[in-house]
Amino acid sequence: MLRFASIALLIGAWYLGSLFAGERMLPGPAAVLAAIVVEARSGALALNLATTLARVALAFGLAMAIGTALGLLMGRVKIADQLGDPWLVVLLNLPALVIIILAYVWGGLTEAAAIAAVAVNKLPNTIVTIREGARALDPALDEMARVFAMPPMRAIRHVVMPQIAPYFAAAARSGLSLVWKIVLVVELLGRPNGVGFEMGIAFQLFDVTRIIAYALVFVAVMLTIETVLVQPLERRASRWRVRAA
Amino acid sequence: MLRDIAFTLPRGEVAAFVGPSGCGKTTMLRIIAGLDRDFEGTVARRFDGAIGMVFQEPRLLPWRTVDENVRLVAPGATDAKLTALFDTLELAPHRWHYPGELSLGLARRCALARAFAVEASLLILDEPFVSLDDALAARLRGELIKLIDSRPVTTLLVTHDVDEAIGLADRLFLLSAGPARILAELPIKRRDPASTAAIRAEIARVTESMRNVSCA
Repeated sequence: MLRFASIALLIGAWYLGSLFAGERMLPGPAAVLAAIVVEARSGALALNLATTLARVALAFGLAMAIGTALGLLMGRVKIADQLGDPWLVVLLNLPALVIIILAYVWGGLTEAAAIAAVAVNKLPNTIVTIREGARALDPALDEMARVFAMPPMRAIRHVVMPQIAPYFAAAARSGLSLVWKIVLVVELLGRPNGVGFEMGIAFQLFDVTRIIAYALVFVAVMLTIETVLVQPLERRASRWRVRAA
Repeated sequence: MLRDIAFTLPRGEVAAFVGPSGCGKTTMLRIIAGLDRDFEGTVARRFDGAIGMVFQEPRLLPWRTVDENVRLVAPGATDAKLTALFDTLELAPHRWHYPGELSLGLARRCALARAFAVEASLLILDEPFVSLDDALAARLRGELIKLIDSRPVTTLLVTHDVDEAIGLADRLFLLSAGPARILAELPIKRRDPASTAAIRAEIARVTESMRNVSCA
């Protein structure tokens, strides 16, 4: 109940703000809704959303896969950690914009460069998080698996991965929000389609209505993904935690 | 931690190692289990089968049920065998619970079930009943005896409880305080009160003489 009241308050404040700021600076909810309908009818909304989501999925998947592998490696093998850590620190501190621009300069204004730029941006965060998880692995359970001669794949699946799971979830959560923000920038700078590109056009035309329209729809979609996909997975993975004897 | 430890165990025998806390009993077990490589000497294992170990803490996987914990190390175990095992250890009602829902006694039972499910050639038990109340420990000891009787296996038991050792073992090794040496090796042929008293007396005698030696 409180949630709805809060959202209603937000929309109310938005409406009031639009009255004060004027239609050109801050269009009201009604105008934005109308714009959404127009974009949806023309098919542009669906197309741009699909394109952006595809890029998000690809870059996210790449970053999580490589990041988890490297994070596990650096967390368990000392030499890997010593070798990789300086590179990690450099990547962590390199501004997102620099990575994106360099990717376009070296790779051309291509899809591959765009996806790579986003993935490389998310990679160091993932590695750091998973590495912490790998460092925190319980040696007692590891010993148990060794004494009982558990085959390596089974040990990884049942002993290691469940311990990494909360770190994986944390990396996925923060990673998803980071990735979709950077995807928009990447589209703005060098892609001919997608939500970021549309926002760039709308910015040049000073079409604030369209900017907010796309922003709202985009956030709504990501929230839906979070609720429908991420949260149930998280709940299922935490089944064993909730109860006590 | 340990010094000049040497012994041989015939197949199927239950050997108990009794000694004061901190003398190195767990270290010895870890070396035998292959967890600790920092030692001089040899561990000669003349068998091919698995090792079943019960650690001082249950060391169950918290994110898997009791049933899954046991199956994970013993994938070949049949349903019938597992059911019988769980029944003997009174685990049947808790088979689908997670370790977080179990009391310590139940968790220890699950660890025992796991060690027995692999049908090991060597069973290592590191103070399996420590910190349980007497009644529960006695019950678990009974269940352990039932399991060992149904399938004899070379067993290494570490405990600080002399009565427990006498009740479970075929041979008792007395360890000194750290660095541990084997002070005495006592075969346990019968478990009637008279024999038990005799063994306790022998242990007391050896311990006394050690104390006198170190005081002098």
